[in-house]
Amino acid sequence: MKARVTVTLKNGVLDPQGKAIEGALKSFGLEGIDSVRQGKVFDIEIATQDRSRAEALLKQACEKLLANLVVENYTVEVLG
Amino acid sequence: MRAAVITFPGTNRDGDIARALRMAGAEVIHSWHADHDLPAGTDLVVLPGGFAYGDYMRTGAIAARANIMDAVRAHAARGGYVLGVCNGFQIACEAGLLPGVLMRNAGLKFVCRMQHLRVGRVDTAFTRQYAAGQVIKVCIAHGEGNYVCDDETLMRLEAENRIAFRYCDASGDIMRENPNGSRHAIAGIYSENLRVLGMMPHPENLVESLVGGTDGQGLFASLAVAG
Repeated sequence: MKARVTVTLKNGVLDPQGKAIEGALKSFGLEGIDSVRQGKVFDIEIATQDRSRAEALLKQACEKLLANLVVENYTVEVLG
Repeated sequence: MRAAVITFPGTNRDGDIARALRMAGAEVIHSWHADHDLPAGTDLVVLPGGFAYGDYMRTGAIAARANIMDAVRAHAARGGYVLGVCNGFQIACEAGLLPGVLMRNAGLKFVCRMQHLRVGRVDTAFTRQYAAGQVIKVCIAHGEGNYVCDDETLMRLEAENRIAFRYCDASGDIMRENPNGSRHAIAGIYSENLRVLGMMPHPENLVESLVGGTDGQGLFASLAVAG
């Protein structure tokens, strides 16, 4: 199975990289961009075919390593 | 004082900190990240600076899960001393030895320069050779030194007097615009039992007058006699 894990900064955590990207986009004259927050995407292949086992496994992966829960949130999508 | 200096792939300050410890009179044994055990009789574990695992994903994140870190956590849980400098501070936070996290510098730039610090309490194994409120001049060299934690943790650190060093100017005034945007100008913090210290600045660079100063010596001299 394929899965995608997305890790983003929690609201209120300063994101200087997102700010810099936002500034760069605005400098292109692109109209209508209010703000940018950046994060990480992990595409993961999983051996199991069991969706709930896959979700549990990815949750563990996030909490053990992929996200730092002090400042980051994560979402898990099992793509099938 | 027997110190185990741990080397991860990408660590580059292990030699300097080992030298600073030996100069102060400590015995130093080098340890490797893939080992499962610390050397027998280790009093102090040192997590040196560098770029462990290339800072991939988050600084210190992968190093914090290396084999040796289970032994380091057990050592800390037994009340053993741990010193994390720069990347070592990042590793200590990721490993759960200290609260909070070191984020990208607020100004986005890697800062590499001399920096004054105000020493906090001087009744710990790390700071006994300093005077209370002493201003020391050491150096900083990091891209991710912006100390972040939640409000409750910050209040606890303040209330329990666990802020080991703060960024200040030459006269000792705490900087409003500190080098990396850290909350409360935090440059280093202690664990609850005051036996784990994490700090972004490099005291090990300032142990020889030939290379810019000796204000870092106090920390190693304190540790050398700590037990």
